[in-house]
Amino acid sequence: MKSKSAAMAIMGICTLYFLVPIWWLFVGATKSRSDFGNTAPLWFAHFNLGSNLSELFHYRDGVFLRWMLNSILYTGGAALLGTVLAAMCGYALAKYNFPGREAIFNIVLGGVLVPATALALPLFLIFSQLNATNTFWSVFLPSLVNPFGVYLARIYATASVPDELLEAARLDGSGEVRTFFTVSTKLMFPALVTIFLFHFVAVWNNFLLPLIMLGNERLFPVTLGLYSWNTQVNQLPQLRMLVLTGALVSIIPLVVAFLFLQRFWRSGLGSGAVK
Amino acid sequence: MKMKAILGLALTSTLALTACSSGGDDDTTTATAGAASCAPSSGPVTLSFTSWIPGIEDVVKVWNAKNPNIQVKVQTGPNGNGGTYQNFFNQLKAGNAPDLGQIEYDALPSFRVQDGLTNVAACKPVADAKDQFIDWTWNQVSFGEKDAAYGVPQDSGPMALFYRKDLFEKAGIPVPTTWEEYAADAVKVKAAGGYITNFSQSDINQFAGLAWQAGGRWFANDGSKWTVNFQDEATTKVADYWQDLITKKLVSAVPPWTTEWDSAYNKGQAWTWVSAVWGANSISSGAPDTSGKWAVAPMPQWTAGAKTAGNWGGSSTAIFKGSKHPYEASQFAIWLNTSEEALTLLNEKANLYPATKTGGSLAALSKGVDFYGGQKIYDIFADAATEVTPDFTWGPTMTSTYATASDGFKAAVSGNGTLGDALKKAQSSTIENLKSQSIPVAE
Repeated sequence: MKSKSAAMAIMGICTLYFLVPIWWLFVGATKSRSDFGNTAPLWFAHFNLGSNLSELFHYRDGVFLRWMLNSILYTGGAALLGTVLAAMCGYALAKYNFPGREAIFNIVLGGVLVPATALALPLFLIFSQLNATNTFWSVFLPSLVNPFGVYLARIYATASVPDELLEAARLDGSGEVRTFFTVSTKLMFPALVTIFLFHFVAVWNNFLLPLIMLGNERLFPVTLGLYSWNTQVNQLPQLRMLVLTGALVSIIPLVVAFLFLQRFWRSGLGSGAVK
Repeated sequence: MKMKAILGLALTSTLALTACSSGGDDDTTTATAGAASCAPSSGPVTLSFTSWIPGIEDVVKVWNAKNPNIQVKVQTGPNGNGGTYQNFFNQLKAGNAPDLGQIEYDALPSFRVQDGLTNVAACKPVADAKDQFIDWTWNQVSFGEKDAAYGVPQDSGPMALFYRKDLFEKAGIPVPTTWEEYAADAVKVKAAGGYITNFSQSDINQFAGLAWQAGGRWFANDGSKWTVNFQDEATTKVADYWQDLITKKLVSAVPPWTTEWDSAYNKGQAWTWVSAVWGANSISSGAPDTSGKWAVAPMPQWTAGAKTAGNWGGSSTAIFKGSKHPYEASQFAIWLNTSEEALTLLNEKANLYPATKTGGSLAALSKGVDFYGGQKIYDIFADAATEVTPDFTWGPTMTSTYATASDGFKAAVSGNGTLGDALKKAQSSTIENLKSQSIPVAE
């Protein structure tokens, strides 16, 4: 009993630790600029969220909404396509025997170790050669790559897609591609959701790549946009409230993605455990 | 500015890489060869321009409407040290830098040393307009050389003393005109329950402005070698002065540009701020409750009756190496930074204070400001702008210098070491940094 309450206490502290910044962000975004500096940081003053939001959405022809849309396109698109690619690749590595299979897998594993930050500059130089910097594709294409996803997909496919089932599908006359999309992906679904979520968060948070690639404000994802406003706070202090309100709005898609997808995640992990 | 320290660390490593690959020692510092010829292009021209000034698009729109044959495409992003400088270096390396870019004075030498700028002194628009700029701002883009102009001065940050008129009057303290009086007032202000100022512990640019005023000269370049000196007499005097105030706890040490910092001003805990012209907006928006209670006086002097000002900030419009249209680019840069129309817009949109001799008399800058009790504060800055001493030079590795110095400043404020120690450390690390980039240093 004692250990249980100790565990609860630790969990409670952790929960608090993680939630306080979000609470602060929410409270901060509801204040007017002068209240923000002069009232208790963790409690409400005059409720000003509505006018903060309207200022945020109207500032500079609503460029913030554009940034949100960009972020969703970059992140959603890259996570979706990236997951499909990673799943196909991992599945192939798990289920087909071909020369160089382990070598390829090891190279992919090596890719996990290379931080995206280190790749940003070489990527910039490559895209410069192609005259493709400062385009949607310069951020989108590199974001599709997900070596960790390949690793996860391979492990999971090995464990969850029985060879006998594939054999049976082949005997029934199903082609490899069809088998993959109709049978295997269903079995791999929990892993795919995990890959998707990880990928989604990674791309959402990838800040350096757009910073280096993009010069056109209309192409910025929301992270870079808010950052660039934040660097102008010295010049235009009134931007501070917009940055704060924008930060609050910008986490909504992440929260939605997690709340929506964690259902699949949980059921998947559970079904694996019972087996 | 506050991102400097953080990004500095991240960026210097890549900077060093870029430097290594940009060629031998010789081409970096002996590039005193005269400006190349500069002829107008035939036919319509499109220029690219990268800046981070809020509202710059609106200014460029005015130009584009008037000059159908010289269209400017403007791009914006985070401020220079927030990533745009690094992007410039990357783009220079990839050979696709924009024609023009905004570069602050303290960063220009880095670009010069890496051969990233075009000398546009021979371009007619530049040669014609040269005399319109305040001498010291011109020195910032010419590096004090004849026939050199690696950009066009854009804005400047002449410094003055912002003070709480009401509090000084109530406490019966005269407004300080010398640094000696300022220190004496600090004691009285403390007794009245406030602090005379918030000493900027992490932003060493303010300190640079103070040293600049006192006659400190941190860098010099004789054409082949750099001299680094953070410990000359003037700088040491300024460091000792502020160290004394810190030790006696007569100044508060709230980190600059934070909410606490704003709030200290808003609640009347800090009574003065020695800052640049753009500081007027920092105070009015950070401390809105104190409207009408502020005033501006010339910066305190080291010698009673002297008239010397420091400078904090300011930037230029530089023309990058590889621009195919230096003539048109300089034509645009001159318009942007001398025409009344553009200067008024830049001031309105982003509080930029012009670098031209007549800039101070813009209509927008000759009015009384309500926040400062109706005082015509810009008159003070217009005088200060002409009182900035001309020969202060920045070094080519300021990002890392700032990072080291601000670490030392933070330590000094919390009682671990002194400002003098911080400057000593900044000196040795700067020299090391120059050497590691193969930039010759005189010792």
